[in-house]
Amino acid sequence: MTMIFGIPLQAFLGQLLIGLINGSFYAMLSLGLAVIFGLLRVINFAHGAQYMLGAFAAMLMLQYFGINYWFALILAPIVVGLFGAFIERTMLSRLYNLDPLYGLLFTFGLALTIEGTFRYLYGSSGQPYAVPAQLAGGTNLGFMFLPIYRGWVVVVSLVACIGTWLLIEKTKLGSYLRAATENPVLVQAFGVNVPVLLTLTYGIGAGLAAFAGVLAAPIYQVSPLMGSNIIIVVFAVVVVGGMGSIMGAIVTGYMLGIAEGLTKVFYPEASNIVIFVIMAIVLLLRPAGLFGRDA
Amino acid sequence: MSDMTHTAAKPRAERSATASMTYAIFLTTGLILLLLAPLFFYPIFLMKLLCFALFACAFNLLLGYTGLLSFGHATFFGGAAYFTAHVVKEWGFPPELGVLTGVVGAALLGLVMGYVAIRRQGIYFAMITLALSQMFFFFCLQAEFTKGEDGIQSVPRGHLFGFIDLSQSTNMYYFVLAVFLIGMVVIWRFINSPFGMILKSIRENEARATSLGYSVARYKLGAFVMSAALAGLAGGVKALVFQFATLTDVAWQMSGEVILMTLLGGIGTLIGPIFGAGLVVTLQNYLATSDFPVTIITGVVFMVCVLLFRRGLIGEFYASRLGRKLGFEHRR
Repeated sequence: MTMIFGIPLQAFLGQLLIGLINGSFYAMLSLGLAVIFGLLRVINFAHGAQYMLGAFAAMLMLQYFGINYWFALILAPIVVGLFGAFIERTMLSRLYNLDPLYGLLFTFGLALTIEGTFRYLYGSSGQPYAVPAQLAGGTNLGFMFLPIYRGWVVVVSLVACIGTWLLIEKTKLGSYLRAATENPVLVQAFGVNVPVLLTLTYGIGAGLAAFAGVLAAPIYQVSPLMGSNIIIVVFAVVVVGGMGSIMGAIVTGYMLGIAEGLTKVFYPEASNIVIFVIMAIVLLLRPAGLFGRDA
Repeated sequence: MSDMTHTAAKPRAERSATASMTYAIFLTTGLILLLLAPLFFYPIFLMKLLCFALFACAFNLLLGYTGLLSFGHATFFGGAAYFTAHVVKEWGFPPELGVLTGVVGAALLGLVMGYVAIRRQGIYFAMITLALSQMFFFFCLQAEFTKGEDGIQSVPRGHLFGFIDLSQSTNMYYFVLAVFLIGMVVIWRFINSPFGMILKSIRENEARATSLGYSVARYKLGAFVMSAALAGLAGGVKALVFQFATLTDVAWQMSGEVILMTLLGGIGTLIGPIFGAGLVVTLQNYLATSDFPVTIITGVVFMVCVLLFRRGLIGEFYASRLGRKLGFEHRR
């Protein structure tokens, strides 16, 4: 059997793939956080809860309405996005003139409420969500066995990340968003409806989190706790990447996911904390983050 | 950061006579109530309340008086609980030395976490402390001495100074009360010291404090360590009260809880967090018997507080008509 650094190649590649999968979710979630933060100056603590809502929406749609994975992949983000837009319009928008910490505290409360409600209704244990038939099974790449669904997640998340990046960097809507990030008052004076833009941004961010949630449903169990488990790691990712750049958030997400996977191979005990350790090191060496501009 | 908190208190000399009078009356009534409380309430409940009140006040030292929102204070509270429980149970330390170990341990953790976290401000500071505290949680989950999921169980309370038997709940209550009062005096002295004044100036205008020649980072770190040590004091005593230390105390939910207590009571008020802690602990006690999850209520209270009463109970009271009539400073 081929060995690499004293580890069987199979195990090495297997963990690398798991790292890549985790990295895909970190990338999608930190991307959403960065987009929301860029415009709203709010750290969306409820991002994890919205990710969990996406997974639950997919599961409940299947259970009660027989809506399959493919439709759920489109419908769940829309539902959660609308919910997010509603929250932004009715409550979050009242906090923009205050210290940004209030936005963090508000969304923290929102996350607790959502998580608590789902725990009350569905218990804390995870429930399975079947891999769609079209993506079931795996393929032998010669050097390793690749479950098709996992390959699909990596590809789709890349597409979603690049798509969002293109939306922000290359479209008219994106140019409004970027302009409003720099100077909302001026953009409003030019006749752009900034409040609607803010609502839209929060909705899109929440929708993106839900999209990641639907993708995650067949891999991890659908559980009310899945959001809070991931959100703290994503915060660390965001700190490492610095929220100044969208691309930075994406790249850091994948990098740290892979770093976590590799740690599982070489020193499993530290795999839970490696991302936090990297965060601390980055802060000591480059306080603004790898891609950040000094705030 | 300045609008997170209230304007600094006026120098004591300027305070009106009514205010000093009111303070004195409130303080005396409070003390008498605390001394008599075990006659009316279940001592364990009271001790829990005092521990959390001290924890919240320690946290408020950082948020209210320095303007730093830490999302990682569970590390100091829970970490100290583990240290105290370990040295008392395994090494046979007396309770006073056990609590001291907890305090020193928490201060050291605070030094490390603070050193990393003060490199960024505002929202990043909150996220960094949260991440570091989650790291400590995983450390506690895997470390040998914390006994993993079980936690350190049946910690003996021992004899204070060798002759006061703390297994008697009345003795224990007055010990906890004494620690609480010492903690409060330390906090009060700290925020009214020149050091505390500089912290307030950093909160109000960091750039100006820097331009006046203060090493802002060093002051922030000092406040962070102080707050961590006091949180550790609360955690260490809590470990003796309940006779165990578990993962619950180091989990991020605990960091959230202490934020809620402070927010609910009034950020930047000396006594607000005590009331906030009282409300939250009472609520938890009340709901402990029902199967309705506390998280939902905690979450909703958080949202309502942020949207409607950012000043918190005591802050709102100070700003109310009655509060002003009694001579408290009118705050924003």
